[in-house]
Amino acid sequence: MSQHILFDDIDEPGLATLQVYERRGGYSSLRRALQMSREEVLQNLLDSGLRGRGGAGFAMGRKASFLPKGTMDKYLVCNADESEPGTFKDRELMQKSPHMLIEGMVIAAYAADANRSFIYIRGEYELQADILEAAIAQAREAGYLGERILGSELSLSLVLHRGAGAYICGEETGLLDSLEGKRGNPRLKPPFPANQGLYQGPTLINNVETLATVPHIIRMGGENYAKIGTESSTGTKLVSVSGNVQSPGNFEITLGTPAREIIYDLAGGPFPGREIRFWFPGGSSSPVLLPEDLDLAYDFNTLAQAGSMLGSGAIIVVDDSVPVIDVALKLAKFYKHESCGKCTPCREGTNWTVKMLERLETGEATPMDLDIIASVQQQIMGNCLCVLGDAMAMPLGSMVARFRGEFEQHIEEARFRAGLGAPPEPSEVEIAGVGN
Amino acid sequence: MSDVARFGHGSRIPGWDDAVDLTKAPAGVPDPATTPVPPELRSEIEAAMAKYPDFRSAAIPALHAAQKLHGWCSPEALEQVACVMRLTPGYLTAVATFYDMFYMEPVGRHRIFVCTNISCSLRGADAVHDAIVDAAAGDPDFNIRSFECLGACDIAPMASIDGEYVGPLELADAERIVEDLRAGRPVLEEKNIRRRRSVDPGARRSATRDEDARA
Ligand SMILES: Cc1cc2nc3c(=O)[nH]c(=O)nc-3n(C[C@H](O)[C@H](O)[C@H](O)COP(=O)(O)O)c2cc1C
Ligand code: FES
Repeated sequence: MSQHILFDDIDEPGLATLQVYERRGGYSSLRRALQMSREEVLQNLLDSGLRGRGGAGFAMGRKASFLPKGTMDKYLVCNADESEPGTFKDRELMQKSPHMLIEGMVIAAYAADANRSFIYIRGEYELQADILEAAIAQAREAGYLGERILGSELSLSLVLHRGAGAYICGEETGLLDSLEGKRGNPRLKPPFPANQGLYQGPTLINNVETLATVPHIIRMGGENYAKIGTESSTGTKLVSVSGNVQSPGNFEITLGTPAREIIYDLAGGPFPGREIRFWFPGGSSSPVLLPEDLDLAYDFNTLAQAGSMLGSGAIIVVDDSVPVIDVALKLAKFYKHESCGKCTPCREGTNWTVKMLERLETGEATPMDLDIIASVQQQIMGNCLCVLGDAMAMPLGSMVARFRGEFEQHIEEARFRAGLGAPPEPSEVEIAGVGN
Repeated sequence: MSDVARFGHGSRIPGWDDAVDLTKAPAGVPDPATTPVPPELRSEIEAAMAKYPDFRSAAIPALHAAQKLHGWCSPEALEQVACVMRLTPGYLTAVATFYDMFYMEPVGRHRIFVCTNISCSLRGADAVHDAIVDAAAGDPDFNIRSFECLGACDIAPMASIDGEYVGPLELADAERIVEDLRAGRPVLEEKNIRRRRSVDPGARRSATRDEDARA
């Protein structure tokens, strides 16, 4: 059984209230942190090896250490926008244990010397926003937020900011623009937020789960936390498993657990009589993996070596009842809808990818279109201010490459239906789920 | 959309949504003397502005507040926000049009957002969406949309109904949803996400404790 840190007894009644959270030892990590120097707290975060849980997997302690020294206003922003398809871990964490996040934020603000903090929560999370608002009020009342917290030199304000429905506002610089009251367009980097972020001030941005882990690191000590998991992917991770599995949900796993164990033992595996066709290991933005990849260890480096990524830690399982092209089209439509339109390769690339995929259905396409689709993906990647376009290009490119036979078969069948070609030869590639 | 009579001001300025007149100067910051703002809305916006180092950050909270009051981001609503925040209606329009949750047209009173993104559609969300559309039978009281991933793929297929997450939905639930909303009842209470416990076997200490207590 893997160790449970974030989800330990997560359903305890009343955990969202300060009383129960404190009874369980809540905010004792904050007291402990405030007795240390800022440098010691930061050192613990560095030692823990904690990598960001929001998508990019950047070492949290290092990011906090990039903030310049000085007495200017510095900001800590919690990214609670959680809109990556397949991801729902932050939702459960905020709903059931909001104080864990608040405590983590206060400690992180202390380490980074920030004096103002914000939680940017997606507008659709109304229940979670209400719960957090109530928890913030309680924490403020109890002196865990505000001026001179627990008699220390630390002062910190915390404002909950509700978004209004835009995936791009999960991207850190888009989030900052949105938080400044503008359209959520990403910014050119550098300068990075650590130097010029919110209101042009130094800003540390971290995901909910990253920040919620901070109190546990202080409790256990950074070096002890680093003993969990693998050398380059320390600790535990909340994994959201969804799609064609029998028991979808959030599971806390030790990083390095084989993916098969997560999908089969925890999430119940595919439905009887069905087989896994492919799976997204880290949200819809990660290149797809195949059943033979199920024995990979679920950690940052292993998945990167396998040509995909851990991303937000959301496994989406697709079984053999679903045509690949349906998934590809859903995916492309999502990114087309969410592209902010600032950079041409992303705006046009997502738009034309949808159009070309739709052509495959109507019989107007030829297999050559697949090459064009693949080349469009190539031209999006690396050519925009943010990686939203890449987030479509990577999984889509991987689907076309890995299931080329099925795509071609689909094209031939559609052409035949439209009266444009001969009935397709049975493909040499075994095709599940098509035409039945 | 005259069928949503409730909002009344849908046609406040006939043709307000026509193409802009390029010869006209853009609207400036509204004059407080001639722009009446409901006091609750004013105090809500002012409270939001006070929370941030830069008042402009309150644009989204202010638009949420105005939309809640007016039902949509009507020209009147935008003008009131602009008046309190001392911004132009044009600035606020630019912001509001960026975000999916702000409506630039009148919509039905009950929000039914059916997630039709990947994980939900793998579990039949598209059929659920269509069933709900059929069950509502064009009633303008319902604002039914297919939505991107709402962050609750564990209860797929799911929907956010007036802000409450419910799932997993079956086709038969469509009628219930419409009936519950019409009757003013909480919708599909037993399927509300508030009730869902963690499925992670390692996270269930209190579940076993409950069982121990009962034994
Ligand atoms: C298009 C796009 C969407 C993103 N959405 C989210 C999100 O919803 N939540 C999140 O925490 N990070 C998201 N990120 C990643 C953030 O940009 C950023 O890397 C992260 O918040 C940093 O926090 P971490 O270091 O704790 O992971 C997104 C990135 C991109 C490019
Ligand atoms: S795909 Fe429907 S909630 Fe995530």
